[in-house]
Amino acid sequence: MVAATPPVPPKIEVRDLRLTYGAKEVIRGISFDVPPNEIFAVIGPAQSGKSSLLRCLNRTIEFMPDARMSGSIHIDGANVAQTKNVYELRRRVGMVAPLPVGLPLSIYDNVAFAPRAAGLRDRDLLDELVERCLRQAALWDEVKDRLHTLGTKLSGGQQQRLTIARALSHEPEILCLDEFSIAIDPVTTMRIEDVLKELKHVMTIVLVTNLVQQARRLAAHTLFLWNGEIVEQGTTDLMFSDTPKSRKTYDYVNGIFG
Amino acid sequence: MFTETAFIRTKRRQELAMKILFGLMAFAMVLPLITIVTYLFVQAWPLLSFDFLLSNPTHGMRKGGVWSALLGTLYLVTTSLLIAAPIGVLAAVYLNEYAKKNLFTRIVNLAVVNLAGVPSIVHALFGLGAFVLFAGVGRSILAASLTLAIMTLPVIIASTKEALSSVPMSFREACWNVGASRWQTIRGVVLPNSVSGILTGVILQVSRTAGETAPVMFTGAVFFKKIEEGNLLGYSLSDQCMALSMHLFTITTQVTDAPHALPYATAVVLLGSVLVVNATAILLRVRLRARKRW
Repeated sequence: MVAATPPVPPKIEVRDLRLTYGAKEVIRGISFDVPPNEIFAVIGPAQSGKSSLLRCLNRTIEFMPDARMSGSIHIDGANVAQTKNVYELRRRVGMVAPLPVGLPLSIYDNVAFAPRAAGLRDRDLLDELVERCLRQAALWDEVKDRLHTLGTKLSGGQQQRLTIARALSHEPEILCLDEFSIAIDPVTTMRIEDVLKELKHVMTIVLVTNLVQQARRLAAHTLFLWNGEIVEQGTTDLMFSDTPKSRKTYDYVNGIFG
Repeated sequence: MFTETAFIRTKRRQELAMKILFGLMAFAMVLPLITIVTYLFVQAWPLLSFDFLLSNPTHGMRKGGVWSALLGTLYLVTTSLLIAAPIGVLAAVYLNEYAKKNLFTRIVNLAVVNLAGVPSIVHALFGLGAFVLFAGVGRSILAASLTLAIMTLPVIIASTKEALSSVPMSFREACWNVGASRWQTIRGVVLPNSVSGILTGVILQVSRTAGETAPVMFTGAVFFKKIEEGNLLGYSLSDQCMALSMHLFTITTQVTDAPHALPYATAVVLLGSVLVVNATAILLRVRLRARKRW
C-alpha cells in the first residue's frame, strides 16, 4: 500500500448484528462492510449463520417465527430496519436461494412476477424486461422459443438461471446468492460465475458459498464466518495466502478441516 | 450358489401370508359398499323412475315420489356450503398464511379441531337455540343451513389448511424475496396451486351435509310439505322444507304401511345424489391435479 485510495463509502454496513431463533443464537455480534461493485464472499461451514445473514439483509428474516435481530444494517447509509417500504428494500436486494425455485408459472411469468407485483402492467416494457433479464442470466438462447412453457419443467441448472433472472427482474442494487451452485453441475456453475463477473459492474454481489475455491475465483473480499462469529475478513488474496491472520482461516481454506 | 435355507423359506411364507391378509382387508372395505348398493337397487327397482324424482309424496307418504325432499336437500346443501365455504377457506388462509404462532391462533386451532369432533345432535341443539330461538330466524331453510354450516366449517378449515400447506415453503420465500406482499404471494402462487385440494375438501362436505338428519330435523325440516312439482325455485329461504335424510327416517319409522320399495327408492336417491357429487369431486381433482405444475 503506497498511496491511500480515496475512501469509497461502503454499499452495506453491518454493525454488531445479532440474531437469535428462540434461545438459539445464530449470529453473535458481527460487523463488516461490503464495498460497492464487487463480489463479496461469505464462507463458512453449515450452521455458521451465512443464510440467516442474507435473510437479515432483505428483512425476510421477519417471516421466520421467533427470529429476533439486533444491531444495525445500513445500505447506502440508510438503516434497513427503519425503511418504510420493505417491499422496495427487497427489490433493491435481490436474493437467490440455494435450491433453484422455478415458480409453478411459465418462464415468462416467473421473470415478470416481481415487476408485476411492483405494479408494472405495460406489455411492451414487460417483454423487454423479461428478455433483458434472461439474457443477463445467460438463459435467453435456451428458452426464447418456449417462454410460455412452465418454469418448473426446466433442468436444475436452467431453473437456477431462471431464479437469477427473476432476481434481476426487479433491478436490484445488491444481489445475494446463497450457495447457488449446490444443485447444479460444474459447467453451469462456471457459466453463472461468468454472469456474476459481468454483473458486478452494475451491482454489488454478496456470495455465500460452501466452496472456498469459488470465493477465491470470484471475490475481491472474503468474510469467514464460524458459528455465528467472524473468524477473519479481508481481501481474498490475503485470506487465501499462506499467511492469513488466523490459523483457522488457513486450515479452513486449505481443507485441513471443515 | 444360492441355496434356500429354512430361514429364507419362512421369510417367503411370511411375505405371502401378509400380502394375502392385507389384500383381504382391502377387499373387505369394498364388499359392504357393493352389497349395500346392490341390495338397495334390487329392493328399490319397482319404484325407480324419473317420475319418482319429480313428484311430491302423496297419500300420507305412501305413494308418489320424493321431489319436495330432494329439492329441500338441494337447498340445504347449497345454502350451507355458500355460507361455510367462503368463511372456512378465508379462515384457513389466515391461519395458514398470516397467523403467527401465539396464544390466539393456538386457541383458534384448538377450537377447529374440537368443533370437528362435536356430534351432530349437539350442533342440532345449538342451531335450535342460537338461530331458531335466540336470533329469531325461526324454523326455516336458513336456520337449518346455518346449523349445517357451523357443523361443516371446522372440517372445511382443516382440509383447506392441509391443501395450503402442501404448497412448498420455497415458493413463498421466492415470492417474498422479489418484494411481493403476502397477499400477492397467496394470489399468484399459493392459491392456484392448492385450489384442487381446497375444492375437493369443500365438495366432500356435500355428502356429509346431505346425509345429516338431526341438525335439519331440529331447525327447519318438516314431516311433509307440498311444493310445485318440477319447479327448482319451489322453496324460499324462510320456508321450512322436507329433506331426503329426514324423509327416509319418517317413512321407515312413522309410516308403517308404506310400500316395501319406497324407503329403498328414497335411499337410492339420497345415495345417488351423494355419489354424483363425490364423483364430480374426484373428476375435478384429477383435472386440476393434471394442471398442477411441479
